[in-house]
Amino acid sequence: MAEYLIKNGHVFDPVQHIKGDKKDIAIKDGKIVETSALSPAAKQIDAKGKSVMAGAMEIHAHVAGPKVNLGRWYRPEDKLFDSHKTPGMTRIEGGKSIPTVFKTGYEYARMGYTFAMEAAMPPLYARHVHEEIHDTPIIDEAALPVFGNNWFMLEYLKNHEIENNAAYVAWTLNQTKGYGIKIVNPGGTEAWAWGLNCLSVNDPVPYFDITPAEIITGLIETNEYLGLPHSIHIHGNNLGNPGCYQTTLDTLKLAEGFKAKNNFGRKQVMHQTHLQFHAYGGDNWGNFESKAKEVMDYVNKQDNLTIDTGNVTLDETTTMTADGPFEHHLGGLNHLKWANVDVELETAAGVVPYIYSPDIKVCAIQWAIGLELALYAKDPMRCFITTDHPNAGPFTRYPRVIKWLMSKKARDERLNTFKHTDKVIAATTLAEIDREITLYELAAMTRAGPATSLGLSKDYGGLKPGMNADIAIYNINPDKMPSDPEEIEKAFSGVACLFKDGKICVKDGIVVDNGNKRTFWVDVKVKPNKQVAHDVKEKFLKYYSVNEANYSVPDSYAPHPYVIAVDATQ
Amino acid sequence: MPKVVTDVTCPFCGTLCDDLEVTVSDDNKKILSVRNACAIGAEKFNHTSLPGRVTRPRMRQPDGTFKEISYDEAIDWTANMLVKSKKTLMYGWASTSCQAMSVGHEIAEKVGGVVDNCATVCHGSSLIAIQDVGIPSCTLGEVKNRADRVVFWGCNPAHAHPRHMSRYSIFPRGFFTVKGHKGRKIYCVDCRYTDTARCADEFIQVQQGHDYELLNAFRTAARGEALPDVIGGVPKEKIYQVVEELKGGRFGVIFFGMGLTHTLGRNHNIDIAISFTRDMNDWMKFSIIAMRGHWNVTGSGQVLSWQYGFPYAVDLSRRTKARYQTGETTSVDLLVRNEVEACFNIATDPGAHFPIDAVVSMSKKPTVTVDPHINMSTEISDIHIPVAMVGVETGGCAYRMDNVPIETRKVVDAPDGMLTDVELLTKINARVDQLMGAQ
Amino acid sequence: MKTVTLTVKQAPELYLECENITPDTFAGKKADEIAQLPAYQGKEDTTLGEYFTIAGEAGATAAETQIILKGDCSKMKYIGIKMTAGEVIVNSSTDMYTGGWMKGGKLVVKGDVHSFCGLGMEGGEFLIEGNAGNYLGASYRGDWRGMQGGIIRVKGNVGSDVCTFMNGGELIVEGNADVHIATHAEGGRIVIKGDVNRRVGGQMVKGEVIVFGKIGLMMPGFKYIKDVDLEVDGTKARFAEHIGDLGERHPTRKGEPVYGKIFLKK
Repeated sequence: MAEYLIKNGHVFDPVQHIKGDKKDIAIKDGKIVETSALSPAAKQIDAKGKSVMAGAMEIHAHVAGPKVNLGRWYRPEDKLFDSHKTPGMTRIEGGKSIPTVFKTGYEYARMGYTFAMEAAMPPLYARHVHEEIHDTPIIDEAALPVFGNNWFMLEYLKNHEIENNAAYVAWTLNQTKGYGIKIVNPGGTEAWAWGLNCLSVNDPVPYFDITPAEIITGLIETNEYLGLPHSIHIHGNNLGNPGCYQTTLDTLKLAEGFKAKNNFGRKQVMHQTHLQFHAYGGDNWGNFESKAKEVMDYVNKQDNLTIDTGNVTLDETTTMTADGPFEHHLGGLNHLKWANVDVELETAAGVVPYIYSPDIKVCAIQWAIGLELALYAKDPMRCFITTDHPNAGPFTRYPRVIKWLMSKKARDERLNTFKHTDKVIAATTLAEIDREITLYELAAMTRAGPATSLGLSKDYGGLKPGMNADIAIYNINPDKMPSDPEEIEKAFSGVACLFKDGKICVKDGIVVDNGNKRTFWVDVKVKPNKQVAHDVKEKFLKYYSVNEANYSVPDSYAPHPYVIAVDATQ
Repeated sequence: MPKVVTDVTCPFCGTLCDDLEVTVSDDNKKILSVRNACAIGAEKFNHTSLPGRVTRPRMRQPDGTFKEISYDEAIDWTANMLVKSKKTLMYGWASTSCQAMSVGHEIAEKVGGVVDNCATVCHGSSLIAIQDVGIPSCTLGEVKNRADRVVFWGCNPAHAHPRHMSRYSIFPRGFFTVKGHKGRKIYCVDCRYTDTARCADEFIQVQQGHDYELLNAFRTAARGEALPDVIGGVPKEKIYQVVEELKGGRFGVIFFGMGLTHTLGRNHNIDIAISFTRDMNDWMKFSIIAMRGHWNVTGSGQVLSWQYGFPYAVDLSRRTKARYQTGETTSVDLLVRNEVEACFNIATDPGAHFPIDAVVSMSKKPTVTVDPHINMSTEISDIHIPVAMVGVETGGCAYRMDNVPIETRKVVDAPDGMLTDVELLTKINARVDQLMGAQ
Repeated sequence: MKTVTLTVKQAPELYLECENITPDTFAGKKADEIAQLPAYQGKEDTTLGEYFTIAGEAGATAAETQIILKGDCSKMKYIGIKMTAGEVIVNSSTDMYTGGWMKGGKLVVKGDVHSFCGLGMEGGEFLIEGNAGNYLGASYRGDWRGMQGGIIRVKGNVGSDVCTFMNGGELIVEGNADVHIATHAEGGRIVIKGDVNRRVGGQMVKGEVIVFGKIGLMMPGFKYIKDVDLEVDGTKARFAEHIGDLGERHPTRKGEPVYGKIFLKK
């Protein structure tokens, strides 16, 4: 119904290779259309001196679900003197490191985001994830169910039963309204149910006797067998430990030889997430150093990998992950309140608050590593910006991360004012890097790239006519880039205008409409599989603590669904 | 022909059994029988057809009797009360659906309410403890499949969670626990010998009010340090023995209840039990789970947390911020200090559960109670609004004691013309909008 | 120093939230501006002027500002919260959060204070001439960073949950204390001249508690080490030194654990 014409803006669209040219963008009935398709009644939006991009897409954040909520309620101090109401069509907002659902939706929208992927959904708790997604305003969301420690998967892949595993994955995606295959600390989190771990890709899982390498390759095969929109999305073994980059390279190498098979334009077979936490050298905290260059040398050479950075923002934040043993380890290091939940047959989660202090050498090196990864990336369509919210920092710090990436002056100023600057520079290579990410590259790293990796590039991540009208207009002029890098952070902190599905939801940083957010999920059809049906029935009867009939998430939890149908029956 | 509805979730306690089978009359109006539920759960379903069921709102008259009024009149009176009051206690929520809670929170944010749930007189102490020290925990299925050391500390599931021991904690044969209770060592720590203690291998009698000291001794023993001869009535030799036995297991779990939450120190008792659990993770896998009471008090905590960041006692009275301080924003304190002007109760019975001073305070303020039954709260309220029974006559999401979300189902129709919680709250919300728009 | 005097002219129906009664908020303002400062009762937005008559004017800075409260303030919350300098003197009892998150200056209450007072104190001086409720000098819920510095002195008794998660600073109580003193403390010093009911130093990592009277029941995690002579708040006496909590973790210095300490006067 509503028609808009965004006039005179500088357009950055890697889909159409537009690198800042002045171009008008036309919106009609929620879609981007040719300007000729508009009637004279179209409302004009003046974007003169501003940058226009597609709505940004968050590929990995912990924003909805049981461990996120545990983090919220067990940290009342996260909201002390912070809960507030901002002008606009808003509910009360709160939470510095773990925002409430209202704040989550509004803050993403204020920064120009229109989509967020909940990074890890425990299938048994899927209903909870969807309740929170439903309550999060404006932004579209999806959730990735975790499979890397699932009993069904461990048994099928031990015998390399790809077809059975695929049928089980399809069943789970359908039951939980999930988006794809997430893997967290493969095998290690099942080991953690006995207090153990798998720290390399070859450590066998207790009892199930399968290695993380077999789990990962088996799930790659499963993912491509099904032809899912996204690839496997992996948080590898040995996260966070000095020297872990070796395990990371071992993990990444498992993707060699595999080709993506899907109808969604996806080219990668593995998405490695929050790579910063996996790029450490040295063998203790004393000789801790960056291996970002070594890791990115490998990533740059492969064409079937995508990564996201996991930038440390140097804030007090809360770590939360399905890497249960890691959280126990972290709680032992900083002695802060450690929460843990092991989930029957499926996974676990841990939560520990953490302060990334600029006075601590290790934290400053972590900060540098996150930036190095992005600055070494040869293909911005394969390297995305995240903070693994809230693990390395709150997502509300994206404008600050963008500032550091776009301005050497800004990051040098931060680098040269650490308490242990000399040691930090000696352990990293950031000081030598001159590169500054351009607005065009930023559009690839935060829009077109994630959309392609997620298999959504047909309708999202770009400004081509026919695509969904999710558009962000920023107060930043490529012809008059600010000399003060603080202006970059300011520009990305509050959009001049955000269109979601062709409706203006944010104007000058203020929420004016809550939009009609949708829940994205993937509905895979496979051939009927008697073995899997039998195994599901048996495990619910004997080992689960809920009935099979009560496991699935009914449609009422996703009242505005965006269902991606996949036919894997051939 | 009567029909059998299977996989029904029981809306009574935090065990949230979801394997009930309810036989319903052909016209969908009467429950004929309930299978698999414990006696308490079955009674909950049988309540639907008890004689004397109230199906329309009632308003207290000056002479103390109640007169029937329409839903619209009740909604109008309630909305006016909420709009006029500077600060309203909106308490309960523990026996209704998450969907209803969401609507209730919208109202509270508009009218300046304090949203509190039954944790405030129950496991609130546990939530406070978790806020101070975290919690190593697991789902009930993990206990069933892995636990070989089970401790019941200050709780009595034989009475309060009758099917807990057979479904999860003592008897089931799980994946790694094929011997069932024969492969588990069960401990019961309590100040009196309960029916749960009867099912335990070892009963440890603790002096009332000395659980904190006893748990301190357990922690000290686990670290190999010296102890005084007797702590809380328990000889030190027993403490060293039990700690060694626990360490000899693979997977331990502590279930706890009011014995810790409601004795001297309250949250500190759970705090130190959690600290002990955390310590034990240096030797074996150890978890701790709170035996939540109401079937959806956990759900109220979840919805409040994702919407405002706090699990109970959420003060929205300034309407521009959410604040939390147990001891200040909790129901009993607000009532006893007269810090609220009006009360809205839903899905619980504070008249029966609150200290008498708080109940007296409530009786002197304009009060509305929403509940299918006549109970002690309705009898001190100005208006009693009956609604369909959630989990029986209408469905909705609920959260089990281990935070697993399970759907409750509609099994029978509610009596003609009755509203559900969601419908009632939605209408109150709309009337509040009208009144506030007119101001 | 310039003085602003507030005299209660009507009691609030519920409790009045007075987070704006601090030298920092008053600094640079005259009486009529101060009267316009917001105060709150639930959803009612009101002003200080509705509940107090205001005389005098503030200094240019917090440090140059003295606030005197007259009349019954026992239903006023948040007085002196977050103050960094200056003086606040209340001539009656006060309600909750008095002196919460105080950073400096001097706060005197000539009466009792309710609970959650001096929460997360960082500096300054807080004198309570009557009794204090619960959670005096404690941390906010969930925060492991409790009282950091400053000094609180209570002439009467204190309740429970005193100085939970204390990291630094000092509390001196002339009277008695109830239960849970210095729970989870990692620093700081507490002196109690009277008796303590129970549970001193539970889960204490570091810090000191000195008790002149009796402790009803010593935690099993505390071990008697030796007798020492100490001078505490001007008094010299012999104390039995106990270390603990032995059930809790402790930092080490030069390989040796650093314990919390309870000194019990002999």
